[in-house]
Amino acid sequence: MRALVWHGKEDIRCDEVSDPEIQDDRDAIIKVTSCAICGSDLHLFHNLIPAMLPGDIVGHEMMGEVVEVGRGAAGALQKGDRIVVPFTIYCGECDQCRRGNFSVCERSNRNARIQENVFGHATAGLFGYTHLTGGYPGGQAEYVRVPFADRTHIKVPDSLSDEQVLFLGDILPTGWQAAVQCDIKPTDTVAVWGCGPVGQMAIRSAVLLGAKQVIAIDRLPERLGMAAAGGAVAINFDDESVIERLDELTGGKGPDACIDAVGMESHVGFAQPDTVYDRAKQMMMLENDRGHVLREMIYVCRPAGVISIPGVYSGLVDKIPFGLAMNKGLTFRMGQTHVNRWTEGLLKLIEDGLLDPSFVITHTASLEDGPEMYPLFRDKRDQCVKVVLKP
Amino acid sequence: MTFLSQFARSERDPRLLKSGSGSLGLPDRLAKGLGWFSLALGAAELFAPGRITRPLGLQGKETIVRAYGMREIASGLLSLSIDKKAGLWSRVAGDVVDLVTLFNAMRPGARRNENLTVAMVVVLGVTLLDLLSSTAVTVAHRRPAGSFKRYADRSGYPQGVEDARGAARGRGMAGAG
Ligand SMILES: NC(=O)c1ccc[n+]([C@@H]2O[C@H](COP(=O)([O-])OP(=O)(O)OC[C@H]3O[C@@H](n4cnc5c(N)ncnc54)[C@H](O)[C@@H]3O)[C@@H](O)[C@H]2O)c1
Ligand SMILES: [Zn+2]
Ligand SMILES: [Zn+2]
Repeated sequence: MRALVWHGKEDIRCDEVSDPEIQDDRDAIIKVTSCAICGSDLHLFHNLIPAMLPGDIVGHEMMGEVVEVGRGAAGALQKGDRIVVPFTIYCGECDQCRRGNFSVCERSNRNARIQENVFGHATAGLFGYTHLTGGYPGGQAEYVRVPFADRTHIKVPDSLSDEQVLFLGDILPTGWQAAVQCDIKPTDTVAVWGCGPVGQMAIRSAVLLGAKQVIAIDRLPERLGMAAAGGAVAINFDDESVIERLDELTGGKGPDACIDAVGMESHVGFAQPDTVYDRAKQMMMLENDRGHVLREMIYVCRPAGVISIPGVYSGLVDKIPFGLAMNKGLTFRMGQTHVNRWTEGLLKLIEDGLLDPSFVITHTASLEDGPEMYPLFRDKRDQCVKVVLKP
Repeated sequence: MTFLSQFARSERDPRLLKSGSGSLGLPDRLAKGLGWFSLALGAAELFAPGRITRPLGLQGKETIVRAYGMREIASGLLSLSIDKKAGLWSRVAGDVVDLVTLFNAMRPGARRNENLTVAMVVVLGVTLLDLLSSTAVTVAHRRPAGSFKRYADRSGYPQGVEDARGAARGRGMAGAG
């Protein structure tokens, strides 16, 4: 089959690889009909997250048709079922899964031993996302093996198109969880840093959850335009001071909740000198992540407010004003998304016509064109916001 | 990164059969080549400056050559990173500094002028390559200015923004944080 394969920094190729096979009773094989490129894939594209091996198949946002089912998954899945695959692989039986903490499932990471040494504890297995989280081949491919498939799936009705349901596997629940973590009250202002696909979903979620005001921060006019269309007030940090504008919009109080939908690769510019310093340290391997957004959020957030972090960080971040956070009494909530915890409600929102996540798709391409879509999405060329690939 | 060696791909996972087209364009590959060249030249300047000063008749200037070596290594690392545009343009700037240094070392009738001229021709050639490569990388990854789409019609709410506000409240979805 054909698949997008990681060969090194900025080097993704559409390669011919052998087909996946059932390895365990609870596996299923999916014929992928649609998959997408995620901002998290860019961190891999830039080789900023350790433990990728040349030859790894990438991709963790995919859906398709079940073509083979292991005996252990046969009760839950059948050949021909149409499913979205959540990017977090979960067993459904361990203590964490029983608590709904699927992204820290205690069983699904097959490299748990090694990750424990680095992280203290293991987290769930993820598709196409480094060997620390199990090294499971990803879904930017014609076929993908889904482990623990009896649980790790989302069945979707035929009445909805691929484009309407694909994002149930990652960015929609990610934006949703980010907003839920804010405990939004009708009087709240929620500020969202980053208007990429995750930020867009977080904005929609905060609006649906009834925030009084949602503010969107980015520098790309087309993404800010899309944020405004979704009901947010836009701040372009290239043109205006984020802190001053947020103070203005909240009568000096600061946002009640701040969502970081940017993560470790905050835009580097001389207008944010700390990002240049972070970039230099990153290059000399003195620091893993650029913490600009975290610093800004901690500074501007209303005391006793919430900092919600869906943006991915990989390791050590410097110069975090923790004293400010402590004295202001801020609450931090973060994590890889517990995808299936939110499935039922979100699918219902889509079915009821309250939300149609396909609005975010700006580019559709074949799998062969996938390698070209990576730099296009990274460079934000052609006003690209989200790429969907059709294997 | 020694812990990387602990990882192996599972035997039964898909194996690479044949490599296909990739994301690295020609400008990116040229940048990579120049980056490695920078590192090699920089290391030579840093650790064996005499090899460079002697043929050029620049004995006594080893410290300057060492400093240039450090500059060269910095440019190399930057050219090999995702900020290759900055790296390549820093190489162009470095080339100009090299040319000026070589030119200033010329003395009327001196025997070293011949070698200095050869060196300048070589550096000039590299400068052209650097210019070409910086321009190519800049163009390849640029966001062309002009008419931006604003996606004003992409609210994502089939029933409109106003109906969406608070619509998920009371659906019993927000809990379980
Ligand atoms: N927690 C999870 O489970 C999960 C799931 C999916 C994605 N993610 C992460 O979410 C983040 C965003 O993903 P995406 O797909 O939207 O990526 P993206 O790269 O398309 O979007 C990032 C956006 O942030 C903007 N930005 C950069 N610096 C900024 C700054 N200082 N202030 C405000 N905006 C800034 C960029 O212009 C860009 O529009 C990534 O880190 C990704 O890894 C996390
Ligand atoms: Zn993702
Ligand atoms: Zn589990």
